Amino acid sequence: MTTLPGTFGAYGGRFVAETLMFALDELEAGVREILRTDEFQSTLRELLRAYVGRPTALTRARPLATALDPDGVGLADVWLKREDLCHTGAHKINNALGQVLLAKRMGKARVIAETGAGQHGVATATACALLDVPCEVFMGAVDVERQAPNVARMKMLGARVVPVETGSRTLKDAMNEALRDWVTHVAHTAYCVGSAAGPHPYPSLVAELQRVIGDEARADMLRESGALPDAVVACVGGGSNAIGVMRAFLDDDVALYGVEAAGDGVGTARHAATLTRGRVGVLHGARSYVLCDDDGQIQEAHSISAGLDYPGVGPEHAHLRDTGRVTYLAATDREAVEAATLVARRMGILVALETAHAFAKVAEVGRRESARRGRPVSALVCLSGRGDKDLGTLGAWLEASGGAR
Amino acid sequence: MGRIGERFARLRAQNKKALVAYLCVGDPSIEASVELALAAVRGGADMLELGVPFSDPVADGPVIARAGARALAAGATLPRVLDVARRLRAETDVPLVLFTYANPLLVRSLPRVMAAARDASIDGLLVVDLPVEAAGELRGEAAAAGLDVIPLVAPTSSDARARAAMSVATGFAYYVSVTGITGSAAAPLEAASLAAGRLSREHGVPVVVGFGVDSPEKARRAAGASDSGADGVVVGTAIVRAIEDARSTSDAARAVHALVKSLRDALDAP
Repeated sequence: MTTLPGTFGAYGGRFVAETLMFALDELEAGVREILRTDEFQSTLRELLRAYVGRPTALTRARPLATALDPDGVGLADVWLKREDLCHTGAHKINNALGQVLLAKRMGKARVIAETGAGQHGVATATACALLDVPCEVFMGAVDVERQAPNVARMKMLGARVVPVETGSRTLKDAMNEALRDWVTHVAHTAYCVGSAAGPHPYPSLVAELQRVIGDEARADMLRESGALPDAVVACVGGGSNAIGVMRAFLDDDVALYGVEAAGDGVGTARHAATLTRGRVGVLHGARSYVLCDDDGQIQEAHSISAGLDYPGVGPEHAHLRDTGRVTYLAATDREAVEAATLVARRMGILVALETAHAFAKVAEVGRRESARRGRPVSALVCLSGRGDKDLGTLGAWLEASGGAR
Repeated sequence: MGRIGERFARLRAQNKKALVAYLCVGDPSIEASVELALAAVRGGADMLELGVPFSDPVADGPVIARAGARALAAGATLPRVLDVARRLRAETDVPLVLFTYANPLLVRSLPRVMAAARDASIDGLLVVDLPVEAAGELRGEAAAAGLDVIPLVAPTSSDARARAAMSVATGFAYYVSVTGITGSAAAPLEAASLAAGRLSREHGVPVVVGFGVDSPEKARRAAGASDSGADGVVVGTAIVRAIEDARSTSDAARAVHALVKSLRDALDAP
């Protein structure tokens, strides 16, 4: 498999119906001949600056470091890369604007997208509104219900939201339906994939568009703290914010940690920890780790966070796991809610439940890395999105568990 | 030459078009699938595609996707599909093609699953999400087990891709009549038939047309003329829908038999 284009070690590639191959070739040519031109890049840069609000802030979070590690043995400092401050409230807009701008330059008359938590759907609907392209978003019926505010946002932005009633009615099924739509309308439709997953060139394209997160954070860390962080921590569903922040640090002496969703626990049947508990397989056009049974049937993932509720993961993460360059941990629903509560009360920032998984493991990262380096360490957390959309879920959880401390 | 090659040679000698029938194995049950497949053969199918149900059938429309969900709920797995093949072989000599997505094969040891397929009397494989350049390992293992690997060619395939697919095709190639999922309507069948016929003559490998063939009239159009058209047609969604609509297995068997016979008659009519 290593000779195929768009592979990361043994992972990635293109596992799609023959009908789609030409569209992927066409997209690959678009990336090469349009997206990578100076003109396109400067247009996109200007949109990211004046419309999205980039560069996003780097926030020093001493109170959080103290709360997580009162003795200061493991954590010297915590820094936050504030993707929640992007227009639409999450990193997803970086990718959606780039892909929709590319679609428009490629002459596509319509854009489709899949969404789980609704953040990528909102981002795509936003980009399509700005650039005046019709937009349809496929969303699992379960997610339509649990992420109602984002559904309303997409509709307000003029997008058509298509509830998907097949399978587990979550993100995986939304992606199935988007792929079916794309096969059928492939000549004039662009598929804006939201994560660094799917067939080549999507994992590379999405990583390229999200890399701005890490590039900014790396420069800001050097300027504001005078050094690179000892560790970078990001949540991983499909893995786009994680690959976006990590790519800038791959060649540095910086430990990289991805945090998956452990749901009820990785020892239970209800989790979404693909890299921790999955096996190698093919889902949605790429070879990577997947959650599947012995017969090869994909299993339902479970997480309190709709954005991490996915039984696959981007192929570059699979490779980074195998090479050991990135360490992947998993945080449970409970750990994520507790972390979200702590960050809200210590920092005054309401983080998305996806992002909360990264925060849930910062103390552990501090213990591991301080033990390795023999001193307290600094950790950079990718704060991938804001948590307004999760207030309903959080409220219900806190109520059921008897309130927060 | 394997069973598939022999079958196409025989049909060509008789100046007949091949009728390939697809069933989703396990829908509505493993037992019923044996009976329904035999009903298709009695109705005049030259070859059977045994669909392996998959949890995420992205290339399939709602009819076959629903059938797959029912089959999985009924306990269908790849080994059970192979059991069905073995039981069919005891009753019929039609070629049997495993129609599957990649993951049920790739989670297993490929040499072992190819050997198991051969032992179950499978003659060929069609893996819908394994394009030619990703199927090299599969082709090697399949060839070692004496199994044909049937590639897909689409209207959107470039000439170079179509040539690449035809050059590695064994048994036959499958020309997808539409850019869409299975069961799509309004397929330009005449054009597909001519394209399939052209590829077949250029490369000396039979090419059948599938997707969107759901009536005797469409079967004739998809098959095309004896000198310029395709080597045969595949009917899937219409058969699966007939099974879905039936009230009992015996009703379903009657419906499948009648449908396949009407297609056979249309293809064989002068």
